[in-house]
Amino acid sequence: MHELSIATAIVERATELARRHDAAGVEAVRVRVGEMSGVVPDALRFSFEVAREGTVVEAARLVVEEVPARARCAACEKEFAVGTPPFLWCPHCDSPTTRLLSGRELEITVIELAEATA
Amino acid sequence: MCRVIDVRQAVLARNDALAGALRKELASRRTTVVNLLSSPGSGKTALLERVLAALVERGVPVAALTADLATENDARRLARSGAPVKQVLTGGLCHLEAAQLRGHLRGWLPADTRVLFVENVGNLVCPAAYDLGETLRVTLMSVTEGEDKPLKYPMAFGLAHLVVLTKNDIADAVDFDRPAFTGNVVRVNPGVGIVPTSARTGAGVDGLVERILAVAEGAAVHRPVMAGRVREGRLLQDAPDDVPAGQR
Repeated sequence: MHELSIATAIVERATELARRHDAAGVEAVRVRVGEMSGVVPDALRFSFEVAREGTVVEAARLVVEEVPARARCAACEKEFAVGTPPFLWCPHCDSPTTRLLSGRELEITVIELAEATA
Repeated sequence: MCRVIDVRQAVLARNDALAGALRKELASRRTTVVNLLSSPGSGKTALLERVLAALVERGVPVAALTADLATENDARRLARSGAPVKQVLTGGLCHLEAAQLRGHLRGWLPADTRVLFVENVGNLVCPAAYDLGETLRVTLMSVTEGEDKPLKYPMAFGLAHLVVLTKNDIADAVDFDRPAFTGNVVRVNPGVGIVPTSARTGAGVDGLVERILAVAEGAAVHRPVMAGRVREGRLLQDAPDDVPAGQR
């Protein structure tokens, strides 16, 4: 259950940006969470609600975009869904030499700041 | 009214940057970090006792930092090897982070240390996400834990540079299905090495020590498929030197 640490890192980054841009608050934080990132989106949403309390991010929505894990086979060049649990062998030619295309994302994409009302 | 700020940054960017800096700093004084991940009860400490003793006997300056939620029992056990040992109590936190490790090393780690073992908190979920500045990430599992564990904890096994099987002396007694285990490991981490060991009999310990020493001397480390790295929305496969070990 490291989602709380992850959520805290998100809140810290959003707080920094809000301060730097002199924003009154944060309306939304958009994140991408890969299927193989090791983070459970529901646990992250719950943790975010705890982590944001008492910060400028307090009223912000967390918008999670889930990214499926996909890989490309280096041998036959076909793409495939890695699945859960992951299978990093090519289902077309049974070759182990695959390259990951997506699925490990754990990133903040966009932060929407509320304008100061002054 | 709202303003949209394009961030495009890894959530753990700060930890990754700290880990990268720590790796560089330690490399400049020829210290290699080995990060040990496993479930509680897998025999991490017992194996590490053996490995430390073997390295001390060979005259290699080693040190170990062991993290637990509570108690200093592990540090007491490891200190019997004669190597410098430090116990870190996480006070309930389920994993170590680079900043914590850096803080604990300051003023403690002897300058001539060649290999520093970090025994992470017994947990196969959370520690997998945090780069600690290690060069070698080792995931351990005992024969009593079930052949399908690599599928249940794909991140821990998928991001490992080396997989170590422990308690191998009782494999037959518990009907451990070795081919099934190997199949599950390579399913999530094609090409990774697997080293069977027994802390009780000492089998496999020398082989493991040789591998660790080779890495400390600069031998290439396995690069897991799962270690593709996301930066600015793209996955980078051909990792430059500053890429976190867990993501190489």
